[in-house]
Amino acid sequence: MTSTSATSVGAVRRPRRGSLLRRVVMILGLPVVLVTIWWFASADSQSFFAPPLRTIVEAFPATWFEGRLTSDVLPSVLRLLAGYVAALVVGIALGVAIGLSPRLRAVCEPPLEFFRAIPPPVMIPILMLFLGIGTSMKVVVIATGCLWPILLNTIEGVRGLDEILRDTSAIYRLRRRTVLRSLVLRGASPQIVTGARQALSVGIILMVISEMFAANNGLGFTIVQFQRSFALPQMWTGIVLLGVVGVVLSVVFRAVERPVLAWYHGLRQSQRGGT
Amino acid sequence: MTTGTAPADPAGRPAPGAQMLQVAGLNKTYRSAQGETEAIRDLTFDVRAGEMVCVVGPSGAGKTTLLRCLSGLLPPTAGTVTLEGDRVTGPPKGMAMVFQEYARSLFPWMTVAQNVELPLKEKGVPKAERRSKVRTAIEAVGLGDVPDSYPWQLSGGMQQRVAIARAVAYEPHILLMDEPFAAVDAQTRADLEDLVRDLWKRLGLTLAFVTHDIDEAVYLGQRILVLSARPTVILEDVTIDLPAERDQLTTRSDSTFAAHRAHIYDLVQQAKRGYRPEDRVGDVDHGKARP
Repeated sequence: MTSTSATSVGAVRRPRRGSLLRRVVMILGLPVVLVTIWWFASADSQSFFAPPLRTIVEAFPATWFEGRLTSDVLPSVLRLLAGYVAALVVGIALGVAIGLSPRLRAVCEPPLEFFRAIPPPVMIPILMLFLGIGTSMKVVVIATGCLWPILLNTIEGVRGLDEILRDTSAIYRLRRRTVLRSLVLRGASPQIVTGARQALSVGIILMVISEMFAANNGLGFTIVQFQRSFALPQMWTGIVLLGVVGVVLSVVFRAVERPVLAWYHGLRQSQRGGT
Repeated sequence: MTTGTAPADPAGRPAPGAQMLQVAGLNKTYRSAQGETEAIRDLTFDVRAGEMVCVVGPSGAGKTTLLRCLSGLLPPTAGTVTLEGDRVTGPPKGMAMVFQEYARSLFPWMTVAQNVELPLKEKGVPKAERRSKVRTAIEAVGLGDVPDSYPWQLSGGMQQRVAIARAVAYEPHILLMDEPFAAVDAQTRADLEDLVRDLWKRLGLTLAFVTHDIDEAVYLGQRILVLSARPTVILEDVTIDLPAERDQLTTRSDSTFAAHRAHIYDLVQQAKRGYRPEDRVGDVDHGKARP
């Protein structure tokens, strides 16, 4: 029998890969341009509130590298991670349960829509009443804010699972645990990742905001302290650092996402290719 | 198993000719807010071990509904499906199914080999044995060179081969195929038909093959169940007396083939026009009296 030739195998188009240099230029080009503009535009600045970038850069090491990295930045990031991971666990678990059960979904959807509509920062004063102003309040604020995008996207992802794949799993008598691991979680992973990505930016915002209300350490707390004491260059360094933290977190996120969703990107690409 | 005097099959299959699948008084009525739709009225037939039975009928004849009832994916409204003596209430052991939508029945996050291996893992087949069964099955369908590819990297026909390999590796007693080649091109379809005949003969499978393609049914089957239009009953149970050795060229130009083809074509045309067995003189209201 003539076997269909394996032409399409490995012929799936991959993004064109230029030289390393070219990629570095692509990634760093615009940031370098923007920083250069900032540098020269602010060079002669007499404004107390917008000091020259040179002043900000000069203030950076003394502001952060002499203890604040561990006493302020680290606690902030740890609270963010704690809240984020809690939201991931709860969001995915609840999302899978709700997504798999039409009945549960019918009951849960209206209240979910209601809670989702409440901006998480307004919960801070209320949570402060119950949990005080300590670490647990901040972690809970971050977790509740991060929960919604993860939960709602997980529900969507699980609900959208292919029926034929479900039938296939039933025919081969896959156990519940296998179905959960090999079908539900993998099949919903594109949506779960989307939710997790949205949640990460929500988490960073809440990390800062939760510290602005009441705190005794943290990145957001420090920035507000600088602003209140009119240490403007230091305040600017804090904002820059916040941006850097965000970039590092998104790079880490992408490093995790890439292997998890490799199949999905390949599938999408092959569908666009018209195979 | 009650019958079975032949030496035990390695996969624990009943001996050829033994009772495999019994369908008795099967009825499926869908209920919705708009009312009831009777998809299948009354189907009764047997499939013996080692048989290759094709099911044809006009489109909308409830062929897929029938297969879903046989597989236990869909509970019948009335009647019973019995596989090897046990009543089917959910997907039974020893049954595999190949769907028309091959792209949607393979796990896109698993490679070809992983797709084939998953059901075996679930059955608790030891690792070394599993590996060799997976390799054998993938080679049997002619995909020995792409075990580590992902399904979406393969052509449609190759994806359906993966689904067949997965079903074969599972060593089912009975294999159900739901219009498996409806979505592949004619060339590939002929290859896949030969593959199915070849696997059926070599592995001693029992096969129930649903198709809307009359030629395909005659070429593949030993028996053809011709279904009426909705609500479905059996119009005729046709035995195909073609030789066991078949090939695309000579079999299809055989006069017996042509005769069967013409007969079944005629039946399907009648079914399309709404002909039902109870329309026969002296047999009035036989079917309509049923629930």
